[in-house]
Amino acid sequence: MEIGLGHYLTVAAILFTLGVFGIFLNRKNVIIILMAVELLLLSVNINLVAFSHFLGDLVGQVFTFIILTVAAAEAAIGLAILVVYFRNRGSIAVEDINVMKG
Amino acid sequence: MIVQTIAFYLFAVVAVLSATLVVANRNPVYSVLFLILTFFNAAGLFVLLGAELLAMMLVVVYVGAVAVLFLFVVMMLDINFVELRQGFVRYLPIGLLVGLVLVAELVLVLGSGAIVPQLGQHIASPTPPLDQVGNVQALGEILYTKYFYLFQAAGFVLLVAMIGAIVLTHREREGVKRQKIAAQVARGRESVEVVKVPTGSGV
Repeated sequence: MEIGLGHYLTVAAILFTLGVFGIFLNRKNVIIILMAVELLLLSVNINLVAFSHFLGDLVGQVFTFIILTVAAAEAAIGLAILVVYFRNRGSIAVEDINVMKG
Repeated sequence: MIVQTIAFYLFAVVAVLSATLVVANRNPVYSVLFLILTFFNAAGLFVLLGAELLAMMLVVVYVGAVAVLFLFVVMMLDINFVELRQGFVRYLPIGLLVGLVLVAELVLVLGSGAIVPQLGQHIASPTPPLDQVGNVQALGEILYTKYFYLFQAAGFVLLVAMIGAIVLTHREREGVKRQKIAAQVARGRESVEVVKVPTGSGV
């Protein structure tokens, strides 16, 4: 059976859903939420590369390159904030992060 | 062709299963390890799509840097993860509901969407045939010419992220002896004393 664009889009859709599901499921754990965000970005990357391959346009891969960069930067900054927060408060539970709440 | 099909299903199924385990695992260390497995399988899918450079970047950047960073943070912070798991069952129904709605929407979009036939005339940078120009070379040729500013901006984003992470986590500790290079360089002759020591006796 020929593997087409739809197959890749389906895999990406399932991964995206799992990412959203993970954010809902682990509402207290910031680390798992960050990992779920990485899953979301990965599924978008699969979509872009699949379109790039099946439409014969290389720009999709350039987009993926940029998204990969931004995702890496986001993970680094997010984890740095997490470490600083844990050092100051001794907890990373999401409901404890309410100091700036009005 | 049959090998490609088998490889696709293998990579896709393992990626989806390990992604499920990332979000549903009890222990965050295992979550990170399954995240690594997901990224490896996504890299396999990228290779099947002919995006070799991105596949290798995924392995190097994600598995080599981001996942290890996650692992480092999970293991370094002393967190009671059992406490954080509370409410897992409570959020399960709403999570499943949102997930099902999202899947339904995506299936509707995928099922009804179609690619316009005349799209082939509007391609920004056509992929050159693989037997003439490899993926890495083709991507490099457009990345360093047409999308050079974008490439520079990506580098700048990484620089800002690096500086930001260092500034955030850097901690000035009290009572640590450091080398003061400026004070050493600014030292004059008057701080040095030349003592004439007679032969045979100590100072």
